[in-house]
Amino acid sequence: MFDLTLAGARAALRRREFSARELTTVYLGAVEALNPQLNAFITVTPELALQHADAADAALARGEAGNLTGIPLAIKDLFCTAGVRTTAGSRILSPFVPPYESTVTAHLLRDGAVFLGKTNLDEFAMGSSNMTSAFGPVTNPWARRGSNVPLVPGGSSGGSAAAVAARLALGATATDTGGSIRQPASFCGIAGIKPTYGRCSRWGIVAFASSLDQAGPVARTVEDCAIMLGSMAGHDPKDSTSADRPVPDFAAACKRGVKGLRIGVPREYRSDDMPPEIEALWQQGLAWLREAGAQTVDVSLPHTKYGLATYYIVAPAEASSNLARYDGVRFGARTEGADLTEMYENTRAAGFGAEVRRRVLIGTYVLSAGYYDAYYLRAQKIRALILRDFTEVFATVDALVTPTAPSAAFAQGERMDDPVKMYLNDVFTVPANMSGIPGLSVPAGLDPDGLPLGLQVLGKPFDEETVFAVGAALERAAGVTAIPAIRAGGPGR
Amino acid sequence: MSLDPATVRRIAKLARIRVEEDQLSQLQAELNGILGWIEQLNEVDVEGVEPLTGGAQMALRLREDVVNDGGIVEQVLANAPDRAGDFYAVPKVVE
Repeated sequence: MFDLTLAGARAALRRREFSARELTTVYLGAVEALNPQLNAFITVTPELALQHADAADAALARGEAGNLTGIPLAIKDLFCTAGVRTTAGSRILSPFVPPYESTVTAHLLRDGAVFLGKTNLDEFAMGSSNMTSAFGPVTNPWARRGSNVPLVPGGSSGGSAAAVAARLALGATATDTGGSIRQPASFCGIAGIKPTYGRCSRWGIVAFASSLDQAGPVARTVEDCAIMLGSMAGHDPKDSTSADRPVPDFAAACKRGVKGLRIGVPREYRSDDMPPEIEALWQQGLAWLREAGAQTVDVSLPHTKYGLATYYIVAPAEASSNLARYDGVRFGARTEGADLTEMYENTRAAGFGAEVRRRVLIGTYVLSAGYYDAYYLRAQKIRALILRDFTEVFATVDALVTPTAPSAAFAQGERMDDPVKMYLNDVFTVPANMSGIPGLSVPAGLDPDGLPLGLQVLGKPFDEETVFAVGAALERAAGVTAIPAIRAGGPGR
Repeated sequence: MSLDPATVRRIAKLARIRVEEDQLSQLQAELNGILGWIEQLNEVDVEGVEPLTGGAQMALRLREDVVNDGGIVEQVLANAPDRAGDFYAVPKVVE
């Protein structure tokens, strides 16, 4: 059952080859066996999962199967789930049990999904390695050939990506503020899409940077992501930035092919220090698309190089504002003090980890009197230039293809000495958040150590269908068959 | 622009995060490292460019100004670290 895709499991459930309860029980067993090694889940909810599974079996028996009826999923612990602890990977939210359900998870439940539990993440989704979680690092199920050095799964959706790669769930929810879906998908050899800003409701997702945050799925195939996104997306009056548009049939778009499409290759994504295997994979990906009937053209996105630095003004500024709510009064952990101000200061000192503290302080500084224009306003103007680059390029091409990340997965503890070095992981993914456009990472090959590498497909706003078509074509051509060392149903444990 | 220890202390105060004196110099170095890297943005010509404030290329919708939720005091207070009756409780503010 562990080698089934989400689409395959869905078909088998509908044919009644096994029940949702049987499928869920098998996945819960795998989580119990492998989670001590991977730390991909912060909270496992076996009783709730079996309740969902029994409801799914009843629906299947009535012939009322929804889009995801009986499919075991993992939920990033940034989505509020009614009655189930939601930590955001932070000490400050460790006692928090939401009384309500996020819109995205409510959509998944509406369509019959089974929730196995809540997955680990960088604290408040701030990180590229899952090393900043208050609940400990996640281990990537992949290892370098002939080595057992534990690698990071990427971040911030590291627990979701590791769980899916290790076959502990058929898919998982994730969020992406600067690359937090696509970079871990690339590091763990799975697919993941950040849809257009506004495609999924942000209501009930613990906020990091509200103008950049967007939910999306990770799964083992592009089609599985398309199926999940079909349920997650949709208009929500409770999020004023939620797009009031119909949700297309994303899964159908995976079968479109790329004949006649114009694929842009942004020259600014090429650099002298790019590892040769990533450059080679990129060229290979473009060759595959040409063989499938697409045309590739060189394009220019001149402000690409400023994307990351712009992000590190905009995102911390919004975070410092969003995280002001953690004051030890209404929810979360409190650390007492002699007076109210001291209580605030003690609560936030004890509740936030080092990376969150750094970003809140940077954000506070760039928004403070006298510095707002020099930093924040300037960053918003450069953000407009980044969007303009994409708008101009998309007048002549249908999609862009780039590498997802500048490297394969690295070892736990690496790149921890200098925050900026860690930030550079997101150099290729951040521009899509700055401009709001959709971006998909698809597993396309392996590096010389046998670690997965992803290619990124970027598309026009609300044209996820073309992104899925190109991603599925790359996936078919790449035909990656390698599987991670640590996985359910694999040798050992 | 480089932050001195007094500025780091002031920012921490504004952000309501207690920073111990012995953490100050490391924090100062980290923040200056990030701000130094951000300086590259000064080379971009932004003359006449309108700032982009949001992620969505659309006007925000307004909803009807009506009460559509409420009457759930227990749910609202369920996660409060401290409460007194139907209120959140905080350390004494007024003597």
